[in-house]
Amino acid sequence: MKALAARRHHRLAPVVLLLLALLATGGLYALLAPSPASADSASTQDIETGEKLFQANCATCHGPSATGTDDVPSLVGVGAAAVDFQVSSGRMPMQSNGPQAIRKPAQFDAEQTAQLAAYVASLGTGPTVPTDEQVDPALGDPATGAAVFRTNCAMCHNAVGAGGALSEGKFAPSLLEADVTDRQIYEAMQTGPQSMPVFNDANITPEEKRDVIAYIEEQRDGSAGGLSLGSLGPVSEGLWAWVVGLGLLIGAAVWIGAKSS
Amino acid sequence: MSTTERAAAGTADYLDQRTGLGKAVKEFARKTFPDHWSFLLGEVALYSFVILILSGFFLTMFFVPSMALIEHHGAPATMDGVLMSEAFSSTLHMSFDVRGGLLMRQIHHWAALLFMAAIVTHMMRVFFTGAFRKPRELNWLVGIGLLITGLGAGFTGYSLPDDVLSGNGLRITDGVIKSIPIIGSYMSYFVFGGEFPGEDIIPRLFTLHILVVPAIILAMIGLHLMMVVLHKHTQYPGGGRTDKNVVGFPLFPVYVAKAGGFFFVVFGVLALMGGTMAINNVWNYGPYDPSPVSAGAQPDWYMLFLEGSLRLMPGVTEYMIGDYTLSLNVLVPAVIIPGILFTFLIVYPFVEARVTKDKREHHVLDRPRNVPVRTGLGVAFLTAFIILALAGSNDLIATHFSLSINEITWVFRILLFVGPWFAFWVTKRICLGLQRKDRELVLHGHETGRIVRFANGEYIEVHRPLDEQERWLRVAYDAPTPLELEPQTDARGVPRKGYKKERRWARLSRFFYEDRIEPVTPSELAAAHAHGSHDELEGAKAPELHAGDTTHEGDR
Amino acid sequence: MNDNQHSTELGDAQNRDVDRFDDPGLPEHRHRRADSDPAADKRAERQVVVLFLISIIGTVASIVAYFVFRPDGTTDGVRISTLTLGLGMAFALLGIGLAAVHWAKTLMNDTEVTEERHEQRTPDAEREIAVQKLSDGAADSGIARRGVLKGAALSALAIFPLTIAVPLVSSVGGDWNVSKFRHTRWDKGTRLAIDPTGRPIKAADVTIGSVFHVIPDATEEERESHAWITEKAKAVVLVVRLDPRDLKEAEDRKDWSYDGIVAYSKICTHVGCPVALYEQQTHHLLCPCHQSTFDIADGAKVVFGPAKRPLPQLPIAVDDEGYLVAKSDFHEPVGPSYWERLK
Repeated sequence: MKALAARRHHRLAPVVLLLLALLATGGLYALLAPSPASADSASTQDIETGEKLFQANCATCHGPSATGTDDVPSLVGVGAAAVDFQVSSGRMPMQSNGPQAIRKPAQFDAEQTAQLAAYVASLGTGPTVPTDEQVDPALGDPATGAAVFRTNCAMCHNAVGAGGALSEGKFAPSLLEADVTDRQIYEAMQTGPQSMPVFNDANITPEEKRDVIAYIEEQRDGSAGGLSLGSLGPVSEGLWAWVVGLGLLIGAAVWIGAKSS
Repeated sequence: MSTTERAAAGTADYLDQRTGLGKAVKEFARKTFPDHWSFLLGEVALYSFVILILSGFFLTMFFVPSMALIEHHGAPATMDGVLMSEAFSSTLHMSFDVRGGLLMRQIHHWAALLFMAAIVTHMMRVFFTGAFRKPRELNWLVGIGLLITGLGAGFTGYSLPDDVLSGNGLRITDGVIKSIPIIGSYMSYFVFGGEFPGEDIIPRLFTLHILVVPAIILAMIGLHLMMVVLHKHTQYPGGGRTDKNVVGFPLFPVYVAKAGGFFFVVFGVLALMGGTMAINNVWNYGPYDPSPVSAGAQPDWYMLFLEGSLRLMPGVTEYMIGDYTLSLNVLVPAVIIPGILFTFLIVYPFVEARVTKDKREHHVLDRPRNVPVRTGLGVAFLTAFIILALAGSNDLIATHFSLSINEITWVFRILLFVGPWFAFWVTKRICLGLQRKDRELVLHGHETGRIVRFANGEYIEVHRPLDEQERWLRVAYDAPTPLELEPQTDARGVPRKGYKKERRWARLSRFFYEDRIEPVTPSELAAAHAHGSHDELEGAKAPELHAGDTTHEGDR
Repeated sequence: MNDNQHSTELGDAQNRDVDRFDDPGLPEHRHRRADSDPAADKRAERQVVVLFLISIIGTVASIVAYFVFRPDGTTDGVRISTLTLGLGMAFALLGIGLAAVHWAKTLMNDTEVTEERHEQRTPDAEREIAVQKLSDGAADSGIARRGVLKGAALSALAIFPLTIAVPLVSSVGGDWNVSKFRHTRWDKGTRLAIDPTGRPIKAADVTIGSVFHVIPDATEEERESHAWITEKAKAVVLVVRLDPRDLKEAEDRKDWSYDGIVAYSKICTHVGCPVALYEQQTHHLLCPCHQSTFDIADGAKVVFGPAKRPLPQLPIAVDDEGYLVAKSDFHEPVGPSYWERLK
C-alpha cells in the first residue's frame, strides 16, 4: 500500500511541475513581453509617428489615404488587429507578388508596429489587438478548442495546425512554427487575412478563440506516439513505412542473402 | 545419451507412433531453399501478418466495437468531456491508459503498411523475374487474392477507431457505392444498415476485420505456402542451376535460423518504428462527426491510387440517361480504373504463355533484361500506379513544393496517359541495350585498360575473356520468336476457322517478341575470336569452349 | 491435351539447340574464414552470444521501463513510456533475429546442396489409376444414369443458402427505405445554429467575409443522440455573406438568400466529403478530399475538380427576432449522385 501511495504521489509530480512551469513561464511572459498598444490607449503622438511610417512604407500600394485600389485592399476600418497581424508576422510590407503574402521576419519592431496599428485604427474602427489575457492558453480549455478547431479550422490548417493546400498555389500556413504567436492566431481569426474567412465574435466567441489557442499550444508538445512525421497524416506515414520500414528490412534481407566472408 | 537427448528421442517416438511424423520430417527437414535477398520479400509480408495477429490480439482486449455515444473522461486533455462513440473512447483509453497500448497500436498500424508494401514488392520480384510462369500461375492468382484481401483488411481496420479521418474515408466509400447504377442506393443501405453512417458500420467492420478477412488471408497464405513447397522455390540463373534441380541450403538448420531470425528482425524493426514514430494518432482528428474534415484527408498509402484516380477525373463525365444519373466521374476512377489494373495482373501470365506458346515448366528465373516487353509492361504498370498515388497526395505536393494544386492535377491528368507509354518505351530500350552489352561482353570480354602496340604500329586494348560462370549467366536464356501465323486457307484452299483470332494473337506476339536480342552461340564466339586479334596476347587464359556436338577451338 | 505433349520437356531449353553453350556446373565452393580459421570461428561464436545477450538486456530493459515510466495521460508521459517499451522490445527482438542469422551465416555449414525437381504432373500410370477410381466412384453413385436425382440434389444444394440469405438481406439494410436521401432535418422556420455549439445565428452576426458552419437548431438532447449524427450527415450547411454586388443569383432563387447571406449544403456532390475550405477573396469553396471547387458567388457551380453538380442551396430568411431560418428543406437531395436521384 505504501509503495502504491508513493507511486501515486510520484505520478502526479510531473503534472504539478508542469503546471508550475507553465505558471512561471506565463508570469514571466506577462512581465517581460512588450504589451501591445491597443488603439484605444494610443496617444496622438503614436498616431502621428504611425502615419509617417505608413507614408514611407505602405502608401505606395495602399495609397496615401490608405483607401487601396482595385487590387489592393483599403485599410479603412480593418482595425489595429489586422495591422498587428500582418506587420508582426512580416507579411506586410509585401516583397513580391505571389499567390499570397507569406510570413517573413518582421520589418518593424513592436513599438513601430503599434504605432502603425494606431494610425490605421484612427482611420476607422475595427478589431483591436487582443490583450494578453485574451490569448493566454493557460486560461483556455483545449477540449472545447479542439471541437471548434475541428469544425472551423482543420479543413485548411490540418487537424493539428500543420498547414494545408488551397487552390491555385495558395495555402493555409502551419500554426506550429515557433514564431507563430498566440496573439497572431487570435488576430487571424478576428480579421480573416487574405484567403482566410473572418471568424467574428458571434461565430467563435472570444473564450472559444482562447480555447483554440489552448488546443494549438497543446499540439506544440508534439505527438504522444513519438516523432510526429510532420503530422501530415497517412501520406507521410506511408512514405516512412516504405523508406524506413521496408528500407531497413531490404537491407537486412541483403545481409541475410549475402555470403559470409 | 544425455537426459535431454533421451527425452527428445522419447517424445519423438511417442509422436511418431501416433502420427507418423517421421515421414514428414524425412521429407521436409532438409528441403532445399535457394538463397537470395529478394526471396525474403514474401517473408516480410508473412511475418508482418503474424505480427498483425499478435498485436491485433492485444488491441482486441481493450477495443469496444460500439458506436454508442458516451462522454469521454480522462486523457488526452483535448478529448476530456467530449461526446464520442465507445469505439473512439476505447481507442483513447488503450492509447493513454493501457501501458504499451499505444506501442501496440502503432506496431499494428506500421505492420499493416509494411504488410502491403512487402506484398507489392514481392509481386514486383515475381513479375519481373517471370516466377509466375508454369507451374506457378495459380499461385500468382492466390497472391493477387492476398493482395486484394490485404487491401480489405487494411480498409476495415483503418475505420475502426471511428475518427474524423477514417469516417470521411467511409463517407467517400458511401459516395462511391451510391454511384453504382441501379442498385447503388440499396448497396449503401446494405453496407451501413440504413443511411450513412448509422450505428452498425463499426461493429460490422470489426467482425470483418478480426474474423472474416484474417480467416480468408490465413487460408490463402496456407494455400500459397503449400504451393511453394509443392513447386519448390524458383532460383536465379547461374552455373549448375537448371529447371530440373534446386540449389540452396537445407531447411534445417540453415533456413530455420535464417528465416526464423528474420521474423525477429521484422518484428524488431516494427517495434522500433512503433516506439519512435507516431502513426494515426486519432485524437488529433477527433471523434467522427459528419461536419469536420481536415486538410491532408487521405487513406493509407495502398489506397492512395484510388484517391488519386478520384481526384484526377474531371466532373463533366456525370451524365443523365433520361431521369437517371450515371456518375461516370465516380465509377470510372473508383471501379473501372482499379478494374483495369487488377485485370492486367490477373490475365498477364496467361497472355504471356499464349503469345510465347510456352508449355514448359520454368524454375529458373529470368533476368528482367532478357524479357524486355514484360519488364517494360511491368514498369508501365508501376508508373501508372505511382502517378495515381502521387495524384492522391497532390495537396501535400502543392504545399511542400510551392505549386498550384490545380496545375499539378492537370499535369497528372496528362501524365497518367503519357507516363506509362513513355516508361514502357524507355524500359524496353534499356533492356535491349543491356542485352546488347551482354552480347558484347561475351564476344569480346572485359576491357582491361592495357594498351599494347604491335610491331606494325597498331595500338589495341587487351580484352580479358569472360570466365565460364560469367559467360553462362549471359547466354543461358531463350529469346522466343513471335508466333508463326498459319495461312488463311488450308491446303485445299478452304478458309480456316479461327484465323482471325489467331491473327490477333500473332499480332500481340509480335508486339512481345519482334525486337529481341539472341544469346551468343559458341560458333559466334569462335567467329569473334577468329576475327579479332585482341585476345591473342591473352589466348593462353581463354577457357576451352564446348557447345553441343561441335567444338570450337579458341584461335590460338 | 497440348499440355501433355510438351510437359515432358521439363525446362532445359539450352539442350534442345545444338549451337548453345554448356552449363558449366556449380561454381567452386568458396570457404569462409570461420571454416578454416579456429580463431575466426571462435570470434563468430562470441558475436552470436553477445547478440543473444543484447536481446536479454532488451527484455530486462523493457520490464524496467514498464515500472519506471507509468503513462500519466500527458503527451510527454505516454511518449516516454511508448518509446522505452518500444526500444526495449526492439532490442529484445533484433538481438534474437540478428544472432540467429549471424549463427546461420558464419557457423552453419554453407555448402550448397542440390535437390532434384520432379515434374508437377502425375505420371501417366498413376493418372490412369486416379481416373479409374473417379469413374468407379461415379459409376457406384449412378449419377450419370439417374438424371432426376442429379437435378434434385443440385437444386437442393443451390437453394438452401436462401434460408440464411433471406432473413439476412431483409434486415441487413435497416428498413431499406432509400427515399430518406431526399429529406433532411431542415424545415420551414428551422433556425440556423452554429456547429457544434448550437447557438442560433442572427443575420447581423454574419459579417461580410465570414463563414459559419451551420447545423439545424435542435435541443441539446437531440444533438447528443446517435440519430443526430445521421441527420447531421445530410444537414450541415455553410453560410457566408458576400457583398450583394458580388453575388450572381438565378432569377428563381433571388429570394433564397438574405441581404447577401447564402447557405449551401456542405456535403460535396462528388462523393460526399464536407466541402469546407472557403477562400474569402475568391469566394471559392474547395473540398480537401478531391479538390472539387465551387464558386459561392455564382450558385456554387463547379469551377474545378471531379464534381459535376453545384452544391444544393438552402433557402433562408430572417424571423421576427432577427435569427436566420430556413424557408424550406433543400429542393434536391444533398450529397453524392445516385442512380434514381431525380426520380
